[in-house]
Amino acid sequence: MKLRGILLLGAILLLLPLLLPNAFYYDLAVRMAINAVVVLGLNLLIGFAGQISLGHAGFYGIGAYASAILPTQFGWHPLAALAAGALAAAALAALVAKPIFRLRGHYLAMATLGLGIVITIVLKNEAAYTGGPDGMAVPPLALFGFELSGEKQWYWVFAANLMFSVWACSNLMDSPFGRALRALHGSEVASQGAGVDVARYKMAIFVFSAFFASIMGSLAAHYIGFITPNVADFSHSIELVTMVVVGGMASVLGSVVGAVLLTALPQALATFEGWETVAFGVILVLFMVVLPRGLVPTLAARFAR
Amino acid sequence: MRPRVPRTENRMASQFLQFLISGLTVGATYALAALGFTLIYSASNVINFAQGEFIMLGGMLTVYFTHAGLPLPVAVALAIAVPALVGMLVEKLAIEPAKGAEVVSLIIITIGASLVIRGVIQIWLGKGTFTFEPFTSGAPIVIGGAVLQSQCLWVLGVTAAIVVALWFFFRHTLAGKAILATSCNPVAAQLVGIDTKWVLLVSFALSAAMGAVGGILLTPLTMTSYDVGIMLGLKGFVAAVVGGLGSGLGALAGGLLGGIVEAMAAGYISSAYKDAVPFLLIFVILFFMPRGLFGAKVTERV
Repeated sequence: MKLRGILLLGAILLLLPLLLPNAFYYDLAVRMAINAVVVLGLNLLIGFAGQISLGHAGFYGIGAYASAILPTQFGWHPLAALAAGALAAAALAALVAKPIFRLRGHYLAMATLGLGIVITIVLKNEAAYTGGPDGMAVPPLALFGFELSGEKQWYWVFAANLMFSVWACSNLMDSPFGRALRALHGSEVASQGAGVDVARYKMAIFVFSAFFASIMGSLAAHYIGFITPNVADFSHSIELVTMVVVGGMASVLGSVVGAVLLTALPQALATFEGWETVAFGVILVLFMVVLPRGLVPTLAARFAR
Repeated sequence: MRPRVPRTENRMASQFLQFLISGLTVGATYALAALGFTLIYSASNVINFAQGEFIMLGGMLTVYFTHAGLPLPVAVALAIAVPALVGMLVEKLAIEPAKGAEVVSLIIITIGASLVIRGVIQIWLGKGTFTFEPFTSGAPIVIGGAVLQSQCLWVLGVTAAIVVALWFFFRHTLAGKAILATSCNPVAAQLVGIDTKWVLLVSFALSAAMGAVGGILLTPLTMTSYDVGIMLGLKGFVAAVVGGLGSGLGALAGGLLGGIVEAMAAGYISSAYKDAVPFLLIFVILFFMPRGLFGAKVTERV
């Protein structure tokens, strides 16, 4: 079943280019894939560990800016910059989460909300390094003398990335680590009683998802070639959480579906001229009222009957 | 006789007082927003991310109604009543139908509602920045070298009056006690005959009205636009958390503390980073006082 799902996704990713008429749609597909991978990481945290991060775009922003600043201003190799960004994001996540995971409740949501906003403000103010609110250019990513450029080349990079992430996440969920996480979501107290070190597991998944987000931020920055502090801001964090919830918490397929739908939605709503924000809000509310468990789990439950 | 103080020290003291005044003024608005968060959180466990939009609505609607030629008191009354109505609509149309959903889903619902409110105002009143005259046009008062504008007195006075009124409401009226009972234990409250649906509706109306009052009071000092609600709401949320979610006294203390720390940081450290200050405060508080300043110690039943 799981294997079939992954093969199906692989087939779609392989055949999709046949249907993509031009660079605009390639770009849309690429952005869907980028979001899907970040959302997969975030869903591990929200869906399995039962914790919300309202500042995940902050980690994404750390990756993006590491890949922009370190190569241009300090002469780092882009891959080294990507690794440095990811490690910094992971370290920051660990630092912030350490005191919080001793507590129950949604304290992580509050702390990460603050973290994301502080990161955005720093990016806006340290103009000497970041170019301030106007943003900065990111050098292209060159590997072994081959420079990645254009939507089509990047499509394969991100498609492969998505395949790997989906495979890794579904395997992770079937590992002892994943079972511990699911137990944790079911009942923290019961899993603690069964010998799961609750705080350590939550911490691990949070750090892991921050690491994921930073790497995708780096790659996305190289792909787009220009970044502004908006990549790290609150509304981007909210978009990511929304994708998790709309697709379905604790569902690998749901993460992909949520990312695809909500990346496409603003494009579809662009025709509303000015009413996009209102329409987006209405759709969010309707979705949550009608399908509170998310699209994929609700549909799965319906078909299973 | 006043003792003679060296001039520089005098200036430092008056500067400090000036920062304190502006901190208290902004802090009072955060406190009103935080009280709104707390009220809804107590009644329903929902963290209402649309709270900031009610602050925005208060200011923007007052601007709209005064421009439409209504006298200020009427405009203000309408600018409180309309957001209260919007708050009830949000509860009725978005929160109530999703009863029993997970906390994340409820957060997303309130964010959806805030997008709708913000979007409608953006289309209706545009993206401009607006303000209106202070309530009373008195000359500013000078205390110890610091300037206290009459509008600051309005902000502090009205906030104090609201806090007292709320205290009275929850202590001495049946409706207030019904809300408290619901926040303690909804099922038990229902069993003794409290209409918990009504309680939820009232808490949304009250929270929205309080947010709107804050927005109205603050607008002559800081101006308003369709998007001010995001930052103000988030800072109100921070204030509620700092004070301890669910505690009214905490919300008040958290709001004032947040405002003061922000104003001091803007004055003495860097005005560019003043918006970051309340969010850094959250880390400090969560680190040393995980339940906030006045949060109740909860033992969870398994």
